[in-house]
Amino acid sequence: MTVGALARERPAGRVTRVQALLWRRPWMRAALLLGPGLTWFVVIYLASLVLLLITAFWQINPFTTAIERVWNIDNFRTLVTDGTYRLIILRTIGLAAAVTITDAVLAFPFAYYMARVASRRVQTALFAAVLLPLWASYLARVYAWILILNHDGVLNWSLLLLHLPPASLGYTNWAMWIVFSYIWLPFMIIPTYAALERIPPSYLEAAADLGARQGRVTWDVILPLALPGIVAGSIFTFSLTLGDYVTPLLVGGAGSSFIGNVVYGNVGIAHNIPFAAALAVVPVAVMALYLVGARRLGAFEAM
Amino acid sequence: MEGPWLRFALRVWAVGILLFLFIPIGLVIVYAFNISTIQSWPIPGVTLKWFGQTWQDPEVRRALLLSVEAGLLATAVALVLGSMAAFAIHRFQFFGREVISFALVLPLALPGIITGMSLNSFFAFNQITFSLWTIVVGHATFCIVIVYNNVLARLRRTSSSLMEAAMDLGASGWRSFVDVTFPLISTALVAGALLAFALSFDEVIVTTFTAGAQNTLPLWIFGAIRLGQRLPEVNVVVFFVILITIVPVVIASRLTGGGAAGRVEAVAAAEEV
Repeated sequence: MTVGALARERPAGRVTRVQALLWRRPWMRAALLLGPGLTWFVVIYLASLVLLLITAFWQINPFTTAIERVWNIDNFRTLVTDGTYRLIILRTIGLAAAVTITDAVLAFPFAYYMARVASRRVQTALFAAVLLPLWASYLARVYAWILILNHDGVLNWSLLLLHLPPASLGYTNWAMWIVFSYIWLPFMIIPTYAALERIPPSYLEAAADLGARQGRVTWDVILPLALPGIVAGSIFTFSLTLGDYVTPLLVGGAGSSFIGNVVYGNVGIAHNIPFAAALAVVPVAVMALYLVGARRLGAFEAM
Repeated sequence: MEGPWLRFALRVWAVGILLFLFIPIGLVIVYAFNISTIQSWPIPGVTLKWFGQTWQDPEVRRALLLSVEAGLLATAVALVLGSMAAFAIHRFQFFGREVISFALVLPLALPGIITGMSLNSFFAFNQITFSLWTIVVGHATFCIVIVYNNVLARLRRTSSSLMEAAMDLGASGWRSFVDVTFPLISTALVAGALLAFALSFDEVIVTTFTAGAQNTLPLWIFGAIRLGQRLPEVNVVVFFVILITIVPVVIASRLTGGGAAGRVEAVAAAEEV
């Protein structure tokens, strides 16, 4: 074999050797595949989350608004002692809970109809119909409700047709409650439907054979079995409401600030990033507690 | 076993929920044709003039361009990193696999304000100035999850025996990937990319924290609604955004046989690994 032929063969040989090496050592292939994504994730996302937590324990110089890396818990102390912030935190959590309950009440009969009454074809169509609004732009759906709740909007026009007095829901906490319930409803319907669909019909027949009426069956058999699904849905409705600030800004009134609004204001206007970070830790802590509770109720198996 | 009255009541309830879900969307589409600059109901007349005016608006054009650029770049990053991660999680058993698959969905499961605020302090800490790239980083972080889940779901449904057969017939690892695995997962990749783009194109919360003074299309809408200015143009843009976000999703669900994995499924899938 000439030297030239050897040289020509070498690149192919090298590729083969690399391939062989990767084949013999699967962990290397795993590392190569997972490496870039994981690096991105750890270096950017997880590092950011940790940094957020650390920043919360720093403070700013009140004159220059530069961040001073002095460890203290003043930010958290302000959150606990200042009545305004306490009210905002309670309002956010309270509304998130109200939205979650509303969505559960709206979703359950609908999911029940999907899972147990509708034909297979209707079931598929309804599933798509529920998912579609979820993807239609979030802002578009908030804006739609601004138009509806407007003084001259569809709501008051319909009330007028029914000879009822006009409502002024725009820019109130009620408006936020309606809009949040509307926007996150599909997140509640889907897991509830999934849980209901998995209940074996034989359970219900057994209950009926033992003499239970429809109401009793629903209360004692269906509801407990659907509960993990409802809790799974509530993780979304609760978490998404908790972290929102766009809806409160657009449809809420003067007294409708959410945790998110104060965070946003402290980043954009006040430049107090440590305080914003401390406030942002609140929803994380609330969600962590919520997830622990949800896990106990079996929500993760239901998703 | 449900009695006829209960069935009837449930049907009425279901129709009510459907109306509740779709009337607002239908309505906002109608407003795009509103002849008046005042947004009241019923609209006094129908016109197409706002479409032309909106298209001519340089601010809207700039915002649209930025949204498309950010969406395409974030989708590209997500496609590469997300599908590689899905392959690794699917093919290999290793220590910490469950932890990784759970951590990967955090950007979708945690409130957007956390992701946004975290990235904001990250950029501030590293003294990175806001640009197209900071938006891309923010969007790619949650787009990766969407691609990851779609590819992983498809890999779980395809049998590894096809790949093994190709290799028994003498195909190299790369060759069997190109000729066997890739065609099998290609529609899942397209679906994942479409969903990721739709998600990025509509994102507001993370974007406000990573865009600085730049306007993406959702940020432009957000600002205009807040100030109550140029509402006829807002109507048109909103109409357009609904189309842009819904069309890819419809195509994606066709490609995956109705199983395109969005946010709900993404979090659910992570729990199953």
